[in-house]
Amino acid sequence: MATTTEQPSVTIRIPTPLRSYTNNQSIVEVDGATVQAALTDLIDTYPALKPHLYHDTGDLRSFVNIYVGDEDIRYLDGPQTALEEDAEVSIVPSIAGG
Amino acid sequence: MATPTPSAPPALSTAEVQRYGRHLTLPKVGKAGQEKLKASSVLIVGAGGLGSPAAMYLAAAGIGRIGLVDFDTVETSNLQRQLLHGTSDVGRPKLASARDRLKDLNPHVEVVLHETRLTSENALGIVEGYDIVADGTDNFPARYLINDACVLTGTPNAYASIFRFEGQVSVFATPEGPCYRCAYPEPPPPGLVPSCAEGGVLGILPGLVGTLQATEVIKMLLGIGDPLIGRLLLIDTLPMTFRTLKIRQNPDCPVCGDHPTQTELIDYEAFCGLPPENGTDDTMHNVPETTVTALHARREAGTSPFVLDVRKPREAEIAALGADQLIPVDELPDRLDELKATKDDEIVIHCRSGARSAKATQLLLDHGYTDVKNLAGGILAWSEEIDSSVPQY
Repeated sequence: MATTTEQPSVTIRIPTPLRSYTNNQSIVEVDGATVQAALTDLIDTYPALKPHLYHDTGDLRSFVNIYVGDEDIRYLDGPQTALEEDAEVSIVPSIAGG
Repeated sequence: MATPTPSAPPALSTAEVQRYGRHLTLPKVGKAGQEKLKASSVLIVGAGGLGSPAAMYLAAAGIGRIGLVDFDTVETSNLQRQLLHGTSDVGRPKLASARDRLKDLNPHVEVVLHETRLTSENALGIVEGYDIVADGTDNFPARYLINDACVLTGTPNAYASIFRFEGQVSVFATPEGPCYRCAYPEPPPPGLVPSCAEGGVLGILPGLVGTLQATEVIKMLLGIGDPLIGRLLLIDTLPMTFRTLKIRQNPDCPVCGDHPTQTELIDYEAFCGLPPENGTDDTMHNVPETTVTALHARREAGTSPFVLDVRKPREAEIAALGADQLIPVDELPDRLDELKATKDDEIVIHCRSGARSAKATQLLLDHGYTDVKNLAGGILAWSEEIDSSVPQY
C-alpha cells in the first residue's frame, strides 16, 4: 500500500565496526520501499557511513553483505529488493579477529 | 549408529573408557562415536583467542590427533582471553604452552605442532593431513588462504571470527555447501576493520565463539545434528542475540563455483591489498624511520623533534611516551590543519607497533612535510628498550 510519499518504515541493524559512524546506534529506523532507498535514508542521517558501504562508483562494496531478514540481497533483487513495512535489513561486514 | 559395532576404529583403553564415560552414555555419541573421535584429526590454525577454547575442548573430548599452527610467543596482553597460556608462559612460544596445556588436559591426544606461518607454499601440505580445519586466525589473508586450501583439499572448515563484542560462526568448504568466498567474495581494504589490538576485544568473547566452533567440529566428526553449513551464525553479546543468516553457494565462486578459475593457492597478501611478505595486518611502509634509542637520546639532549601520536585517545590513556600531539591516523587526512608542526619541522610519528605511524608518515610526506620519520616499533619498542614502566598492550 506504499505510495510515492509514504515509504515503508524499516529497521537497519548496524554491526559493531560501523557503529562509530551511527552515533553508536545498533538499530536505526529508516524509510524506504527498497534496500537502496533505505540505505540512502540511512546515509542521509549518517553521511560518514557512505564510504564504508559504497564504492566511489556508487556500487555497494563487495565485502559488505546486506541481508533482508535472513536472505542475502544478492539472491533477491540486489539493491532494488523491495521492503515491506517493518522489514529488517542487516549490514553484515566481514570480521577477522581470532 | 546406535548399536556399537566391534570396531575397525581404534578401541578405547580402560583409562579412556573411564575418562569419556559421559560421552559413552550420551545418545548419539556412545562408544562408536567416541571411537570415531579417537580416529579423527583436527587442525586448529591459531593458538590464540579462538584456538584456546577450541583446542582445549577438542582435546578434552578425545580427538585422536590435534594439529596446531602458530608462530607467536605468549604476551601478557594475550592472557585476558587466550586460556591455553598462563602467566608463567609469557615469552614462551605459544605452541609450547599449548602442547603442555593440552597434554595435561588429555594425555591420550596426539598433539602435532606446526610452528610456522601458514603460507601458500605450505598450506595444502599441512591441511590435507587432517579431517577438519578450525580457522581461528586473526587476519584476512589467512582467512582466504585457509578457505582456499580447504576447498582445494576437500577439507571442511569450522570457521569463527570475532570483533569487539560480536562473533560469526559458520562451516565452509563442505562438498554440499558454500565457502568463505561465497559469503565474502572480497576482503575489506587494509585498515578499514581494526585489529583486536587496536579495536579491543571482550576477553570472554573468543571463549564463547571458540566453543561454538569446536561444537561444529565435533558434530561433523560424529555426523550428528545440523552443522552451520550454508548458515552464518551472528552473535552479539551486548544484547545477547544469536541470529542465523543464509549463505548460498555462489555458482560463480572462483574457487568452489561451477567453473572454478582459481585452482591453486595465490598471493593472499596481494589479494588483501597488503604489501608482500607480511602476514599480519600491520602494514609496513617503506618510509624514513628512527629508533626509540635515537629519540630518547635527542630528548635527553634537549633537542627533541616534534612527536605525533597517531593512536586512538583510549590507547594513549593506557600507555604513552609523552607525545606533543595526538591525532588518530584515520582522522589525520581531515585534521592536518590542526597539526602543531610546520612543513619544515622535524616530526617523529609513533603508534603502538609502528604500523599505523608508517602510514601516517607517508601521508605527511605526501602532503609536503619534509622531515618526517616513523618511530620503529612504537610504544612496544619504547617499553622494551627505554622505559619498562610504559605498559605494553
